[in-house]
Amino acid sequence: MRQVPATLTDSQLVQRCREGDPEAWNELVERFSRYVYAICVQGFRLREQDAEDVFQEVFTRVYSRLDTLRDDSAVRPWIAQLTRRLCLDTLAAGSRVQPSDEVLAPAQEQALEDLDEAFAVREAMTALSEPCQEVLDRFFARDESYRTISAELQLPAGTIASRISRCLVQLRERLEGRNEGAAPSSE
Amino acid sequence: MSGDIGYDEERVGALLRRLPPAPAGWVQAAQELPQWRRSLDDVVARAEADLAFRDALVADLEAALEQEGYEPDLRLIAELRGRYRKR
Repeated sequence: MRQVPATLTDSQLVQRCREGDPEAWNELVERFSRYVYAICVQGFRLREQDAEDVFQEVFTRVYSRLDTLRDDSAVRPWIAQLTRRLCLDTLAAGSRVQPSDEVLAPAQEQALEDLDEAFAVREAMTALSEPCQEVLDRFFARDESYRTISAELQLPAGTIASRISRCLVQLRERLEGRNEGAAPSSE
Repeated sequence: MSGDIGYDEERVGALLRRLPPAPAGWVQAAQELPQWRRSLDDVVARAEADLAFRDALVADLEAALEQEGYEPDLRLIAELRGRYRKR
């Protein structure tokens, strides 16, 4: 169970990390871990060992340099920049080519833009009910089948399918700003 | 695409697929970072203040840590090994 609510803004979360709140640090890692991982393996196609090294180094730098962040609300782009820099350094170390200083191939730029958009979608998802978040995460992000989700949640597969459909509509509406301020429904 | 901003369910689903969970062990290691950094700072401070402890670290790092009750964290040991090695 989360000790620090996932609904804290990035600024609030950073502030609590600065104050030494260990649960806030756990939440910060939780919040950005998928994003950092995806930049490493999808954006830069690092090998697993390199991706793990970059992943740990990113969070080590975030932890030790949090005080240098000028705008707490800009923690996501700051983490993205750190990750991107470390990925480029890693690739350069492997190929003995100097990093091209942020000049990326168009496909790579597009992949990173897609990840930014994906992160925004996940943020929007936190406004949905817990059951919605869980079923969408299991089905899409964790690539679990109806059968697996059905067994885990002890619900009929048909219920899972209809819940995914309803929750997806809610998420799309949330993204399109139709549902702002609405309380999460039970599903 | 539907709506003014242009999301449809297919697009939303595709974006959700772009962010699978990072390996659990990686996340846990990152979450434990403050804990092992505190241990590192503590050991280094003690080694600066206590020459006998410093010598014990140089002689047998893992035994010295165990004797003082520190968790045998691999990152802590690797970091300390870089600082306190036999000459």
